[in-house]
Amino acid sequence: MGAGADRTERIRGWSLAAPPFVFALSLLAIPICTIMLFSFWTQDFLTLDRNLTLANYAEIATDPLYRQLLVRSILIAAGVTLATVLLAYPVAYFVSFHVPQERKSLWLFLITIPFWTSYLIRVFLWKVILGFNGVLNSALLGLGVIDEPLGWVLYNPTAVVITLAHSFAPFAILPIYVVLERIDRSLLEAGRDLGETRVTTFLRVTLPLSVPGIVAAVLIVFIPTIGDYVTPRLVGGPDGLMIANMIQTQFLRLNNAPMGAALSVVAMASVGFVAAIFTLALSRWLRAPR
Amino acid sequence: MKETAQRRPIVQMQGIDKRFDDDLILRGIDLEIGEGEFFSLLGPSGCGKTTLLRTIAGFETPSAGRLILDGRDMAGVPANHRPTNMVFQSYAIFPHLNVADNVGFGLRRDPRNAQDKARAVAEALEMVGLAGYGRRSATALSGGQRQRVALARALILKPRVLLLDEPMSALDKKLRETMQAELRRLQRQVGITFILVTHDQEEALIMSDRVAVMFDGRIAQMAPPRELYLRPASRQVAQFIGFMSFLPAQVSGAEVDVAGLGRAGVEPGQAPGGLHDGQADIGIRPEMLSLVEDAPRPGQRLSEGVVTEVEYYGDMSYYDIVLDGAAQPVVVSMKNLPGGVAAELGDRVKVSWDASSLMVFPPRS
Amino acid sequence: MILRVYVLAYMVFLYAPIVLLPLFAFNDGTVIAFPLQGFTTRWFAELPQTPALVQSVRTSAIIAVSAALLSTILGICAARASARYDFSGKRAVLGFVMLPLVLPEIIIAVSLLVVVLALGLQLTAFTVILGHTLICMPFSIAILNGSFSALDRSLEEAAVDLGETRASSFRRVTLPLIAPGIVASLLIAFTISLDEFIIAFFLTGTNPTLPVYLWGQLRFPAKLPVVMALGTILVLSSVLLLCLAEWARRRGVARTGRMDGGFLG
Repeated sequence: MGAGADRTERIRGWSLAAPPFVFALSLLAIPICTIMLFSFWTQDFLTLDRNLTLANYAEIATDPLYRQLLVRSILIAAGVTLATVLLAYPVAYFVSFHVPQERKSLWLFLITIPFWTSYLIRVFLWKVILGFNGVLNSALLGLGVIDEPLGWVLYNPTAVVITLAHSFAPFAILPIYVVLERIDRSLLEAGRDLGETRVTTFLRVTLPLSVPGIVAAVLIVFIPTIGDYVTPRLVGGPDGLMIANMIQTQFLRLNNAPMGAALSVVAMASVGFVAAIFTLALSRWLRAPR
Repeated sequence: MKETAQRRPIVQMQGIDKRFDDDLILRGIDLEIGEGEFFSLLGPSGCGKTTLLRTIAGFETPSAGRLILDGRDMAGVPANHRPTNMVFQSYAIFPHLNVADNVGFGLRRDPRNAQDKARAVAEALEMVGLAGYGRRSATALSGGQRQRVALARALILKPRVLLLDEPMSALDKKLRETMQAELRRLQRQVGITFILVTHDQEEALIMSDRVAVMFDGRIAQMAPPRELYLRPASRQVAQFIGFMSFLPAQVSGAEVDVAGLGRAGVEPGQAPGGLHDGQADIGIRPEMLSLVEDAPRPGQRLSEGVVTEVEYYGDMSYYDIVLDGAAQPVVVSMKNLPGGVAAELGDRVKVSWDASSLMVFPPRS
Repeated sequence: MILRVYVLAYMVFLYAPIVLLPLFAFNDGTVIAFPLQGFTTRWFAELPQTPALVQSVRTSAIIAVSAALLSTILGICAARASARYDFSGKRAVLGFVMLPLVLPEIIIAVSLLVVVLALGLQLTAFTVILGHTLICMPFSIAILNGSFSALDRSLEEAAVDLGETRASSFRRVTLPLIAPGIVASLLIAFTISLDEFIIAFFLTGTNPTLPVYLWGQLRFPAKLPVVMALGTILVLSSVLLLCLAEWARRRGVARTGRMDGGFLG
């Protein structure tokens, strides 16, 4: 009762939603369309050739450098996603099930604080921590765990994964936490009542019910990870560079915007494709009779 | 209590329709509410009663029909210019203001000076029994106190009509009973027309001069509580207000032949759908039947049956009794008086009744 | 028990970089490594004597304030439309404006850059403001959604019923009640913009923002201790702003009497 959709209501709603919508449309949708258009043009030194061509895409498809970068980016992003979500799940579970109600928002606040603090400096500090003379190595040496510094922790994809797992931690914890909070606690008691142990109740009740949160976490970590170029540049070394670094190089160093645009489109398409496959496969698997 | 016909009409509705998308929420509402009347809109949830109230307040615009308040057509008059004020279901107490600022909220455009306004607020608070509460925080009030603040806030503006949207639904049973009595007292004191929306039939009967029962966007019956209870206009109204047992019957002329009760003469007033020869359903309230040990008093009739269920309520007991010759039971209510008549499950009992308490309805198709 | 230890370890992992930062900022040595060399405040003293740094702070402040204001205003529109009105396409429209939250920042950055190039415009602070407003807007909307949806709809109706117009009831009732949300949104958007690097790097004009300036400094090992000092100040001010924002948000929650999760919850 009451909250019906009047015509005047509809008009008021639309006129309120219009400013942010138009803003997002003109600064997001139109630019993305433009970048697609750009990707079909070519750059000839200083002049922009506006003839539509697939030349950029052909180059991306044939040049092993691009292919290697793209595959590596997706693998690193997948690794980051896996690590972030695996590491985050127990934390989300802990906050939802073991922290008293009145302290939950304090915990969430504590978890989000590092995320809000200077991104560049945070990434740089991981370089300090993981470096040859870094905090980790000195600590391990000091404790006598190792005899000489570990060289393999910095300037490689592992370092990128560790650093990005740190950066995206709240993006993984929060969606999982939200879903865990919605689980009716009596379902768990029902599970125990029906003869399951704590562990099997978790596996048969809690985990399946938290799948939507895991999916959200996976998507929200995987998609933006592709776009990071600070982390690969600072801690990745030559083998840790990703597609975003190449996009940046094309735009700002080589002054080849059309090639950069084509790479952006390919990166977006690959991410979208992988994300779609993941979501589809998972929903197929969830609906399958077991 | 003045008769309705003598009151000056303050709310007049003519053919009001309200459409939301494709749903017709109100269908051709015609009604007239008099000055100083305590009027209730009663019905199950979704029947359109709240929409009707919000239409009077000006929060909904009717899709068709005319609404006249205090002699003025309300078409195009926004809510803030109507001579009505409202007590919301949630009470809508402003959480950022204290009690006095809540009560004085509507006085901003009042030409009086600050002192007079403060006095008016104090008087309004006293009227609702919250004298001295002005400086309290609005968020620290109990449910009953919030309702009083909402009442004071609306009444201080001296509206011609006070609209109350299910004001008791958030209160527990005991407090609800107190507030019902108090609201009735307040209404008599200020003499303002009150329109109450409720889904609680008991509340509507207790408080109102007149009640409109609504189903599915239509007014099914509009009458004083006594008439509503004793002479319901339809089986639906009868079942919504109180309890009624039904028995199949045959009508011929002004006589009905009821399964389990036998033949009885009825007046036209007992048959809201008219007396038509053939099948009908007879309705009877539980308190119109009584268990007796001896022969009935003059004018009373006697039937016999078997007790199939007993429900004990402390002061009352309800018996399901299948009368001889009937297929379904009737419900009989009895006060549990010391030395009074009582029965056990399976007992054979005598039931007395009066032909004038029967209602005749068209048969359920 | 194992879970508790794990969560503790995870929190150490989360906070390790932030905790290390002041250690190096006050370390009397030019190399960012252990062992520490002794206490000094000279890196902090060098900060105000670097004109380029002061200039970048000023640029960043202007950009962050503008982006915070713009994204909060747009956020109020979207959140109110979402909480108060029903209209066709509502879900699609409101989903679309949240999209910058999940898009890779580099895509947003390069696509805006391409439009600026295509239109033949100059890269200025204004282009950065537009980009930052775009990525701050989803956060503003999320915070303000919380404020608006906690608001009892009949409060505004009550104000109108008591004689206020639609506009004045918004001012007298709605605005005071969502004020904590507005403050939280302004602070969060300010923090995001102040800290954002990727978009600023692509869209900044002749005056670099603070993170872009920092990025340049990271290449010179001699400048690193100063960067650590600057980072310490940045982290401290971010934490302060966040605590303020959280305090404002909770006050709003306490006022309207609803419980909720957090900024992103």
